[in-house]
Amino acid sequence: MANLDEALDALTAQAPGSCQLREDRGQGAYVDARRAIEICNACRYCEGFCAVFPAMTLRREFRDSDLDYLANLCHNCRGCFFSCQYAPPHEFGINVPKVFAELRTESYAKYAWPQPLAGLFRRNGTILSLATILAVTLILILTMALSDPAAFWGANDRSGSFYAVIPWEIMVAVAGASFGFAILALIISGFRFWRETGGGSFAQAGPLGKAAGDVLTLRNLGGGGEGCNDIDETYSSWRRIFHHFLFYGFALCFAATCVATVYDHFLGLIAPYAFLSWPVQLGFWGGIGMMIGTVGLAWVKIAADPGPAAPSVVGADFALLMLLFLTAFTGLVLLGLRATPAMGILLAVHLGTVLTLFVFAPYSKMVHGLYRSLALLRNAREQRRTSDAAAAP
Amino acid sequence: MTDFSRVYDVLIIGGGNAALCAAITARRMGASVLILESAPRPFRGGNSRHVRNIRAMHDAPAVTLSDAYHEEEYWEDLLRVTGGETDERLARMTIRGTQDALPFMLDCGIRFQPSLSGTLSLSRTNAFFLGGGKSLVNALYQTAQRLGIAIAYDSEVTAMHLDDGRIGRVEATCQGFPETISAKAVVAASGGFQANIEWLKEGWGDIAENFIIRGTPYAKGKVLRNLLDQGVAKIGDPTQCHAVAIDGRAPKFDGGIVTRLDSVPFSIVVNRDGQRFYDEGEDVWPKRYAIWGRLVAQQPGQIAYSIFDSRSVPLFMPSVFPAISADSIGELAEKLGLDAVALEATVSDYNAAVQPGDFDSQRLDGCATKGLDPSKTNWARTIDTPPYIGYPLRPGITFTYLGVKVDEHAQVCLESGRRVDNLFAAGEIMAGSVLGKGYLAGFGMAIGTVFGRLAGQNAARHALAAD
Ligand SMILES: Cc1cc2nc3c(=O)[nH]c(=O)nc-3n(C[C@H](O)[C@H](O)[C@H](O)COP(=O)(O)OP(=O)(O)OC[C@H]3O[C@@H](n4cnc5c(N)ncnc54)[C@H](O)[C@@H]3O)c2cc1C
Ligand code: SF4
Ligand code: SF4
Repeated sequence: MANLDEALDALTAQAPGSCQLREDRGQGAYVDARRAIEICNACRYCEGFCAVFPAMTLRREFRDSDLDYLANLCHNCRGCFFSCQYAPPHEFGINVPKVFAELRTESYAKYAWPQPLAGLFRRNGTILSLATILAVTLILILTMALSDPAAFWGANDRSGSFYAVIPWEIMVAVAGASFGFAILALIISGFRFWRETGGGSFAQAGPLGKAAGDVLTLRNLGGGGEGCNDIDETYSSWRRIFHHFLFYGFALCFAATCVATVYDHFLGLIAPYAFLSWPVQLGFWGGIGMMIGTVGLAWVKIAADPGPAAPSVVGADFALLMLLFLTAFTGLVLLGLRATPAMGILLAVHLGTVLTLFVFAPYSKMVHGLYRSLALLRNAREQRRTSDAAAAP
Repeated sequence: MTDFSRVYDVLIIGGGNAALCAAITARRMGASVLILESAPRPFRGGNSRHVRNIRAMHDAPAVTLSDAYHEEEYWEDLLRVTGGETDERLARMTIRGTQDALPFMLDCGIRFQPSLSGTLSLSRTNAFFLGGGKSLVNALYQTAQRLGIAIAYDSEVTAMHLDDGRIGRVEATCQGFPETISAKAVVAASGGFQANIEWLKEGWGDIAENFIIRGTPYAKGKVLRNLLDQGVAKIGDPTQCHAVAIDGRAPKFDGGIVTRLDSVPFSIVVNRDGQRFYDEGEDVWPKRYAIWGRLVAQQPGQIAYSIFDSRSVPLFMPSVFPAISADSIGELAEKLGLDAVALEATVSDYNAAVQPGDFDSQRLDGCATKGLDPSKTNWARTIDTPPYIGYPLRPGITFTYLGVKVDEHAQVCLESGRRVDNLFAAGEIMAGSVLGKGYLAGFGMAIGTVFGRLAGQNAARHALAAD
């Protein structure tokens, strides 16, 4: 562990530009957030909604990194907006979900690795959409140019037909490289965030378990019992439910990929697989879940009262939802039509979306999962420390 | 669009907690109901949008409330803070009524949370609203809407015609247009008159110009004044109001809870001339904060300054406004606009008078001054560890006590001793009927909820019987 820490330290130290970027761009969001939080800290009426407010009361002064932590701890349930007596048009104009959403984007850029790519978080919606189109087009053109037309238009789903379109070696090399890079970038970013927001060991069983529970159940989208202000002043659980569909759908799809890898490498079973096989079943239901989740979340965003929303992050949110939807949708269409001449095109399109998703995992809203989880872990540690202190004589 | 030509069974004047409780209760009994709220929608809910808890009697744990809080204990608490200036019959009625208030609130979608950090002492007696008063107000309005209650925002009642012992026409300005409204029964729940500075000046003189109003700017007392002018029985002292010392930089209206300043017991408080004027350590802050508004109001310029050193900083909740700090008392005086020589003298006299003792912020520690006038009887500790810190204080008015007199049916009384046939009142506008002075945290909501429901019930009964 120590060695990894050192290695990561060395890597992160190589990015001297990181703080500068924040100074240049971060001012507004940090100033607004600090002001809001100071008012909240004197008010505390929203304490029961989520983990943010109790975490806030442990502090008197808020450094930028404290704000990064709190903003990423916020699940954007919007409860504290609708119940704020100081919300606009009140002269204090408090809008915690909005300033936190803006700050989160700032923090994604601030902790991104390598730093030059932090710029991708500016106009992230446009960039992600263009990248998707570009990746799909590129793969399509390359496969059409490089593969055997007979295989590309071949219309069969016999074992190995995918690899006749895109050779196995290329698929593994590209997937491995992009996935590996994404994981590395995420680890470094996550490590930086952890260090800046207070450091300490990741591995404490109690807090780790608590944080995992928080992540898997989205406890903080419970709004203290009745749910969130998804749409307006009324409470509901739509966002939580749809996020579960998306998250667990994604997890199933990921599991499908893992199982397929095992089949391929260790059992010598070559894709495509039968409909009732494990990889296809996992992928099928996962894909359905992702589609329900993305459409549902997009609906919630469109129907919602725009009051607590941050216009500057909407583009990035929708772009990611769209990409996730496309990934699931093209996967399912590929499954349905893999025995037809459309298979070649569909495979290329599907892999284009998957590739974008992985490459952009560290540079799209996907990263929220990383920082949110780390913030929850920090919170679990903090809470444990406070309750230990309270229990002490 | 609201139909103002229709004759409603029950007309509710006001849009805070008391008004909504009355409206919902009346509607549930089958009456048609119209609410006129003078504020526009974003500011609906009067002072109720600033509240955080309700004091509720309970014989066993309820919602977030632990143990028990019996009628007798509640009554004794009330007796103590009012110094006996309370109507025992109505007060006990209110206390008993709070038992049903919690289920009623839950039923209206109001939710509760454990007592807020820093308010542990209230966790047995007071139930805290999740999200505070604005959440409560939202839930009540949603319930009202679901029940089909007509709601008109930006609609201020300007006059009620009291003829022959009953309310006839009611005049209002609705979104700028004059309307005349008729209803079989009326509930006045329009709050106090604390936002009417001119009226405050009648009781307090010009110094009221310097008061800060902690809550809604819409509590102008038009309905109250109109009723009193027509022979409705008055109750309460016009110069009485709940006034606390708040940060002097607070906005004139609607600054709410975040402007309060809890530093007084751990500081010395001086006036504009740099002189102390009252024992800052007389008792724990929750028991004393409500006298400091009046104390500051009596100082020249209605301003005072809480002065302490860095050791006191962690002992109280921060105010939203930044502390004014300096490395010497003289410099601090300059920053605060005080006479440096006077402040230095006050601080050094105080320091010299501080007696040794075991300082303990959590209890009445007996650390006192000797030979100082006025003395500081608890938490007296020398002010000598820079940075030195100061906060300006001004009187912040929470609500007024002068109101209309009601009976145990929430029916409004006339000076003649008769009742107004079809007029009921609830909340701040009649709170003086229950307590004449002093205040118990969470009792405003208790009166509003209990009398609101009662007024709604009796108004509906009256209106439906008239059919
Ligand atoms: C900062 C603050 C914190 C408080 N905290 C607590 C607490 O924690 N617990 C507690 O018990 N009490 C608290 N109080 C006191 C509490 O707010 C009041 O006791 C309670 O809200 C009174 O309710 P109400 O419905 O009578 O009046 P309000 O809530 O003030 O409602 C009056 C309504 O009448 C409307 N109105 C006024 N004039 C007219 C007119 N002419 N025509 C039509 N409408 C009109 C107003 O717009 C408003 O909607 C607090 C007060 C303040 C200022
Ligand atoms: S969001 Fe508003 S109501 Fe909630 S704690 Fe902050 S200031 Fe108070
Ligand atoms: S939006 Fe929800 S999760 Fe975020 S701070 Fe407010 S109450 Fe907490």
